[in-house]
Amino acid sequence: MASNDLLTVQHLSTTFETPAGSVKAVDDVSLSLKAGSTMGLVGESGSGKTVLSRSIMRLITAGGATTTGSVLYRGEELLTKSSKEMQALWGAEMAMVFQDPMTSLNPVVRIGRQMIEHVQHHLGLSKADAVDAAVSLLRSAQIPEAEARLQAYPHELSGGMRQRVCIAIALACGPNMLFADEPTTALDVTVQHQILNLLAEQQRERNMTMILVTHDLGVVAGRTDEIAVMYAGRIVEKAPTDTLFASMRHPYTEALLRAIPKIDDPKQTKLSAIIGRPPDLINPPSGCAFSPRCPYVQPKCREEAPTLTPGESAGHEFACWNPVGSPEAEQAWQQNLEGGLLQTLAAAGKATATEEGATPVPVAANEAAQ
Amino acid sequence: MAGSGKAHLRDEALLRVEDLTVEFPIGRDRAVKAVSGISFDIAKGETLGLVGESGCGKSTTGRAILQLPAPTSGQVILDGTDLTSLEGPEMRKHRTNLQMIFQDPISSLNPRRAVGEVVAEPLNVWGPHDEDEQWKLVSEQLEAVGIDPDVARNKYPHEFSGGQCQRISIARALVMDPQLIICDEPVSALDVSVQAQILNMLKDLKDRYGLTLVFIAHDLAVVKNISDRVAVMYLGKMCEVSESNELYANPAHPYTRLLLESIPLPDPTADLDTTLQSEVELPSPLDPPSGCRFRTRCPFADEICEREEPQMRRVSGDHYVACHHPLIEPTETNVGLE
Ligand SMILES: Nc1ncnc2c1ncn2[C@@H]1O[C@H](COP(=O)(O)OP(=O)(O)OP(=O)(O)O)[C@@H](O)[C@H]1O
Ligand SMILES: Nc1ncnc2c1ncn2[C@@H]1O[C@H](COP(=O)(O)OP(=O)(O)OP(=O)(O)O)[C@@H](O)[C@H]1O
Ligand code: SF4
Ligand code: SF4
Ligand SMILES: [Mg+2]
Ligand SMILES: [Mg+2]
Repeated sequence: MASNDLLTVQHLSTTFETPAGSVKAVDDVSLSLKAGSTMGLVGESGSGKTVLSRSIMRLITAGGATTTGSVLYRGEELLTKSSKEMQALWGAEMAMVFQDPMTSLNPVVRIGRQMIEHVQHHLGLSKADAVDAAVSLLRSAQIPEAEARLQAYPHELSGGMRQRVCIAIALACGPNMLFADEPTTALDVTVQHQILNLLAEQQRERNMTMILVTHDLGVVAGRTDEIAVMYAGRIVEKAPTDTLFASMRHPYTEALLRAIPKIDDPKQTKLSAIIGRPPDLINPPSGCAFSPRCPYVQPKCREEAPTLTPGESAGHEFACWNPVGSPEAEQAWQQNLEGGLLQTLAAAGKATATEEGATPVPVAANEAAQ
Repeated sequence: MAGSGKAHLRDEALLRVEDLTVEFPIGRDRAVKAVSGISFDIAKGETLGLVGESGCGKSTTGRAILQLPAPTSGQVILDGTDLTSLEGPEMRKHRTNLQMIFQDPISSLNPRRAVGEVVAEPLNVWGPHDEDEQWKLVSEQLEAVGIDPDVARNKYPHEFSGGQCQRISIARALVMDPQLIICDEPVSALDVSVQAQILNMLKDLKDRYGLTLVFIAHDLAVVKNISDRVAVMYLGKMCEVSESNELYANPAHPYTRLLLESIPLPDPTADLDTTLQSEVELPSPLDPPSGCRFRTRCPFADEICEREEPQMRRVSGDHYVACHHPLIEPTETNVGLE
């Protein structure tokens, strides 16, 4: 652990007890962030991105939830802090921006009053100073006619403007660490672009550390220093952003990237789909959680879960027995293909992937797709 | 765009929409101008993608084709029949030729009915009434979307995942063998992996049955992947219509370029800057700007853009744009059907 790390998470796990069984939403996650850096947290729905972020911030409120492991922030353990101690950190040290701005805005209170109360409470400002602070925060979030907007109710603003207000509020007390949980998922591409630019600018100006949660590999590609890919509550691959895109090693990362339609591909391009769907966390598959869908799967994968292991390039780690590009992977792929394993056929475009499995493609169509 | 004009309409089309206008009155004398005089057409077997920012009128356009609600004015001509001229019972009969698939797959299926019945629903009115005959059609379509008919028959929609429910909705849409299917953000709520499965499946079904689709989505990469042609909408107007590959390679409308440049690419070396800056808010559809509706956000806007609404002009081949100062100079002016 380097000393300039602002945040160090070790063996963090969060489990929810539910009537159907226990859900291990975050499973033995370790990561660290340097001050001023941005980490992208990617994964499909239910992979544990939100629970991980909220566990770090100690914002898990559900009953029946247990968090274990360690979260060191500036060298201080957060998991043992009292809720009062945590409250002193929220806003001032760490803040969060959510996907739906309405989760943090009160719909029946004018924007101005919400902001003014927030800065008064946290910064102990006089009313007049708080009004000034609110206006300048809205300005820094590039909200036009900031004074006038103070009078607006949240519903009177567009989705993008509401998200700007949330960012302004989150940044009000100058936090050093920002968790942005899918801050642009509900927004149009044009607005998403503006909001991501705004976040990047604010981060630079304030030398803030940021975790950017998203399911979109496109969003993290240009805007992060490092990426962690989550699957079924675990980090399956972690690397500096350039390294990850230049040489992804985990079969899930590869599959995820291949499954997205690319703007440069010609129309009607057949996507390389992944069979099945993300696993049920109450009864996860044995061994590697990706094994029922992985084109490189081998018997060992179903027996023993791989752990994060460093690769050749600095900072690159992945949890896989047959990492993409390795001789093992090549052999596994060939063997699975010959054995007619559906998940490999589907990845090779020789079968049509569905959630239930895959249906082999008729030969003619198959040849046309080659 | 935002313009009008019909230069882009073709002689042979399964569906031809002309001067479609949909307004929602609010209060005594105001109206949301959701769709304002747009024209487009779709050839048989073609997929038309409809893109544009939230609130630009994509869903309203899709619903207006089905006459839900009937448009304020304009024509919707399906295979020679103007649907806007039909009365109740006749329209209901024609509606079986048109099916719609929605974004939220789970809530768009009747939760109190078993999947077998849900998929058979459209048949109850106009299809065969014999139960065995119905089941034959239903099971065929369930199979086509990769759902085991015997397993699904007596299960309820909530017992299926979002992606499976979306496939069940597709089976229900297919069961009437419709002439046109309108897909309103059918994959927007799904995970990337399931989205890819469904996009591939839709492409297969298109090939197999020669389906004609309107595909509405806000994700431009998704739209390109599935569409033969794409129409870009802005604030109730049509900006640009083109064969898909051409549109993405050579956008002619400033708004299309802005959309394309805003897409986050899964490539860390990609340029994050846009050549077009647009921090300005979307104007209100209650009181849209005069002339070109995009002018308040357009860096090229000048006095003519404020004064005159641009008309559709051909840029090249099957590529049309409604802009006074397009990024590519049109080769012909106002050709076509005016
Ligand atoms: N309060 C809770 N009780 C039980 N299970 C929960 C609870 N909160 C989350 N989970 C489960 O934990 C898992 C991880 O959820 P999480 O919300 O972190 O996923 P995510 O990666 O953020 O997904 P999304 O992209 O949909 O936001 C999911 O399976 C979810 O159902
Ligand atoms: N029933 C209605 N009454 C009043 N206004 C409406 C109604 N339906 C739609 N609108 C308005 O018409 C405009 C177009 O809406 P529409 O739903 O067609 O947009 P869209 O392009 O489908 O957007 P999204 O991407 O958010 O689905 C919007 O301004 C919307 O608020
Ligand atoms: S190769 Fe094995 S260990 Fe690696 S992702 Fe696939 S199933 Fe998991
Ligand atoms: S140049 Fe004029 S007509 Fe063209 S998009 Fe801009 S404002 Fe509209
Ligand atoms: Mg989440
Ligand atoms: Mg819509």
